[in-house]
Amino acid sequence: MKRLRLFLGTELPVLAILLFGLGPWVWMMLTSLRPSAELSQSPIRLIPGSLTLVNHITLLARTSFVENLRDSLIVACGAVVLGLALSLPAAYAFSRFRFPGRRVLRVQFLVVNMFPVVLLILPLFMLLRSFGLLDTYFALIMGHATFTLPFAIWLMTGYIDGLPVELDESAMVDGATQLQVLRLIVLPLAAPGAVAVGLYLFIASWNEYLFALMLAGRRVRTVTVALQMFIGENTIDWGLLTAGGTLVALPAVVLFLFAQKRLVGGLTGGAVKG
Amino acid sequence: MKARAATPWLLLAPALIATLLLVIGPVADTLWLSLHDVVLFRPRVQPFVGLANYLAALHDPAFWGGLWLSVVWVVVAVGLQFGLGLVAALLLNRQFWWRPLARALVIVPWALPSVIIGLVWTWMLDFNLGLVNELGMRLGLLSAPVAWLARPEYALGAVILAVTWQGFPFFCVTLLAGLQAIPRQLYEAAEMDGAGRLHCFRHVTLPGLMPVMATALLLRMIWVANSLDLILVMTGGGPGTATQTLPLYAFLKAWTGADYGYGSALAVMLTLLLLSVVIFYAVRSER
Repeated sequence: MKRLRLFLGTELPVLAILLFGLGPWVWMMLTSLRPSAELSQSPIRLIPGSLTLVNHITLLARTSFVENLRDSLIVACGAVVLGLALSLPAAYAFSRFRFPGRRVLRVQFLVVNMFPVVLLILPLFMLLRSFGLLDTYFALIMGHATFTLPFAIWLMTGYIDGLPVELDESAMVDGATQLQVLRLIVLPLAAPGAVAVGLYLFIASWNEYLFALMLAGRRVRTVTVALQMFIGENTIDWGLLTAGGTLVALPAVVLFLFAQKRLVGGLTGGAVKG
Repeated sequence: MKARAATPWLLLAPALIATLLLVIGPVADTLWLSLHDVVLFRPRVQPFVGLANYLAALHDPAFWGGLWLSVVWVVVAVGLQFGLGLVAALLLNRQFWWRPLARALVIVPWALPSVIIGLVWTWMLDFNLGLVNELGMRLGLLSAPVAWLARPEYALGAVILAVTWQGFPFFCVTLLAGLQAIPRQLYEAAEMDGAGRLHCFRHVTLPGLMPVMATALLLRMIWVANSLDLILVMTGGGPGTATQTLPLYAFLKAWTGADYGYGSALAVMLTLLLLSVVIFYAVRSER
């Protein structure tokens, strides 16, 4: 009786929510595994007659998708490196120093976080165009690293706040300078936090669309832009499109599952404590 | 001592310079452009027009239409995301043996790129081959297939469905973390006092969840209000202007219409509206 109540009151609703949450994603993956002939049949068959990798193979062999994947990978890795290089020292400064203007600066980063992309993207486009940087890896890496910076700094500050100050102090007593403390004590201890921030930066850059469309898109074309261009074509090849979607979504989902605990901890840390 | 005082500024310098160059600069630029008549293909001539772009917006039915759509978009989408996320969080806070698996899997939609979400739902809602029409017909909910994204009366609902799907895991996960932070003793004390489950929810769970809820709602509201990529992918603002929210209108105006000055003014107005909501929220939560 108790088992039945647990099932009806908890497990069944959870199953329904998971069906809603995972159903469309699973349906996309299933679609990508079916031959085109089966996809254009109406009424559609819910259970696939046969499974094939032909869509994935065609996508990788016959289109520019491999290059798009490479571009996305380069941009995302660049954004991770640059984002960490910018956010780590800044977070250390916010966490370990008390200086005039600290509060204002922290608020400034939060306010910057809420500016709509439309507000930034047009002048950014003109700025990069005047330097001849449009359609380069550099432009996208800069764009992605900067627009994720406020959240990266916020997360990172939270992690460094969690490290004991006593270690810093005893190192300083032993004659270490602030920068040595950062390099030798804080950085190794903050590594797990940095990994989480890095994963966040990677996913955000990998998933990003508007910057990738506006600041690049021709020579440097990331997967999100490439997929969108597939949708725009007159006859949509759903097999290819869903194969692309499946391949692009996979790294984001896998990395997200890895980073989940830490990211959520960082996200809610301030609110739960405060 | 002087070197010590400069240290935090040296550490902050790279982040500040990047922000100044790529965020503050462009924002100032947008403010400046919004006071001018700027056409992309005519870069030399940019006459100063004062507040004319802003006044034009006030007389532009598309601005008011976009603003109204934005309000509906934000209120309904965030409301649905929050409601579903809260229910999911409460359920996932109970004990059952496959709970860790369910907790991990529920975040999947949140991890996906907006473009893929647009793609998934465009496919799900396809007129001929979409799963929604198929299941609706089989279950007898629909008498004929519906072109969800091509009909003005359904298109907004369709994109809201997609964004709800994308965003509910965010609420689920943050609210779940909030639930876990509520001390167990509070529930035990309430039970000792003879409080029922509903009573516990009202007087222990909700107040305990309040700070997380407020932060999550604010973050999500800003995000949903600003987001335009999902709509851009699924409908491009159409059919007609049925899904043309304010940020999308600003984007289309500035980009495809090449009317930078007017688009900038629209973007500034959107930002001011959002800022006023945030300030209102900050003042209220300070009390």
